[in-house]
Amino acid sequence: MSDSATATNGETATKERWESGVTPYAQMGYWDPDYVPKDTDVLCAFRVTPQPGVDPIEAAAAVAGESSTATWTVVWTDRLTAHEHYQAKAYRLDPVPGNPEQYIAYIAYDLDLFEEGSIANLTSSIIGNVFGFKALKALRLEDMRIPLAYVKTFQGPPHGIVMEREYLNKYGRPLLGATTKPKLGLSAKNYGRVVYEALRGGLDFTKDDENINSQPFMRWRDRYLFCMEAVNRAEGATGEVKGHYLNVTAADMEAMYERAEFAKELGSVIIMMDLTVGYTAMTSMSKWARKNGVLLHLHRAGHGTYTRQKSHGVSFRVIAKWARLLGVDHVHAGTVVGKLEGDPNTTKGFYDTLREDFTPANPLTGLYFDQHWASLAPVMPVASGGIHAGQMHQLLHYLGEDVVLQFGGGTIGHPDGIAAGATANRVALEAMILARNEGRDYLSEGPDILRDAARSCAPLARALDIWKDVVFDYASTDTPDAVPTPSY
Amino acid sequence: MRLTQGTFSYLPDLSDEQITKQIQYALENGWPISIEYTDDPHPRNTYWEMWALPMFDVHDAAPIMDELAKAREAHPDEYIKIEAYDARLGRQTTALSFIVNRPRREPGFRVERQGRADRQMGYSLHPYAADRPRGERYKGANGLPWTT
Repeated sequence: MSDSATATNGETATKERWESGVTPYAQMGYWDPDYVPKDTDVLCAFRVTPQPGVDPIEAAAAVAGESSTATWTVVWTDRLTAHEHYQAKAYRLDPVPGNPEQYIAYIAYDLDLFEEGSIANLTSSIIGNVFGFKALKALRLEDMRIPLAYVKTFQGPPHGIVMEREYLNKYGRPLLGATTKPKLGLSAKNYGRVVYEALRGGLDFTKDDENINSQPFMRWRDRYLFCMEAVNRAEGATGEVKGHYLNVTAADMEAMYERAEFAKELGSVIIMMDLTVGYTAMTSMSKWARKNGVLLHLHRAGHGTYTRQKSHGVSFRVIAKWARLLGVDHVHAGTVVGKLEGDPNTTKGFYDTLREDFTPANPLTGLYFDQHWASLAPVMPVASGGIHAGQMHQLLHYLGEDVVLQFGGGTIGHPDGIAAGATANRVALEAMILARNEGRDYLSEGPDILRDAARSCAPLARALDIWKDVVFDYASTDTPDAVPTPSY
Repeated sequence: MRLTQGTFSYLPDLSDEQITKQIQYALENGWPISIEYTDDPHPRNTYWEMWALPMFDVHDAAPIMDELAKAREAHPDEYIKIEAYDARLGRQTTALSFIVNRPRREPGFRVERQGRADRQMGYSLHPYAADRPRGERYKGANGLPWTT
């Protein structure tokens, strides 16, 4: 098999290229090590694990082929097109350090291959067919460079971090939230009680869980009415803007619009949807949210099925890019210290992707390409799952200030009640911000800072005591190749 | 009730020393400080009165604390907050905002409900203090400031 199949000069080569039958992808032009990517190309980094005996270059070319114009055999109808323009080109192949089975293949796609503003179209191309390709043992889309010319065809987040802060009148600290628990089974009235207590106690947001839609034990409309009573009472009790993410996820788009409209009529500042609704539905809700002035939260329900394993699937950093392009104001992006998957460096890569206007390629954080966003609004990352007040210094250190920290069990499970749990979290957060701003080494002094704050806040003292030994210390599966990293 | 707007309202009221440290943090970040005050604590009251212009070229906390002292003297029974502003591209908004003065008594809010069809409820939030004209909102029945 040839290393380079770019030779298309000469009669023999032309004849060979178009001969009926099966020609290696590499010889059909899908491998081009001399190709210099254009600024307008979509670039992808794939982790390729070829089947035993398959040449890695041919495997990379096959990925380029199957994710663009190719099929398994030569077709004469290619000759009716400017086919070289439409062919994706694998232009670089790097072995993965420490893993002789795997390679990182870099593939460039001309912008002409994609419909403007359509994540559905982008994903149908890039991850449409190729992940089931038999010649590959496994395949993972590690990262994408979205060219600026394509970025500018997307609306992006309906509001973004700055507008969200101005809308909520909350600055200088992470926002606090909690998911109502138990996630299933509460009646609407009891559910609203949890919302009221958590918000009046000091949280900014409460949240429906991903699987709270409209079940027999609580229909959506009843939940919305009771939650808004809770939200308004809590605003009266504190003088702060409060919100509850009303989940509008439903079986069809008409129902989602109906629920979103009702949430807006009731004065909710925010709604949410689940990743499971699909890219087109999410994009539609994003446009609705921009038009109607309602913040839009995205729960990444289901992502773990394809983001977690390092050898196969799609990295969450790619999902984060798609979420920012199609436009959400919030998305869950990991906690580092909590109960869900989250290597610190990899998680930083996700957070940077959501929040920065430019992210340089960085092997330490798993970013393969420079990415410019051209002032497309940033997305507020959400940290949720097994976090509590005693970790506040670590959360602030790893996740920064523009983040929603969601303490579900860490609020509702407080022995003195939900409002006490909320107050403990809020006091811990404000004490940590105060200490950080005063120039203290808050990461190493964190436990002392929390203990000091607990002297004038009994609920925080109880929280620190009850959850002091809770850590989730397991090795991460999704880590950058560049460095071995500890897990928390 | 205690109005909990601002970054540090769940902590005990900050001392002047603590306020100074927060101002220094803002100045080190290149964020100019402004002082704003109000007697209408509604959470959607975006435009508190400005105590002079933002102090763009002040790089020391001391003169800002002097201004705060003057603002407190002029509006002892109102809310006063310190605002730090981040003008960097991509932010261009408030970076830090915290209350540094409160009325001695905070009467809170009335939640008004307006029943509508289909079990819907319209809500509005009414600060009790706003029942009176400006300048008299945080005074007792005898027209004098509330005593603690």
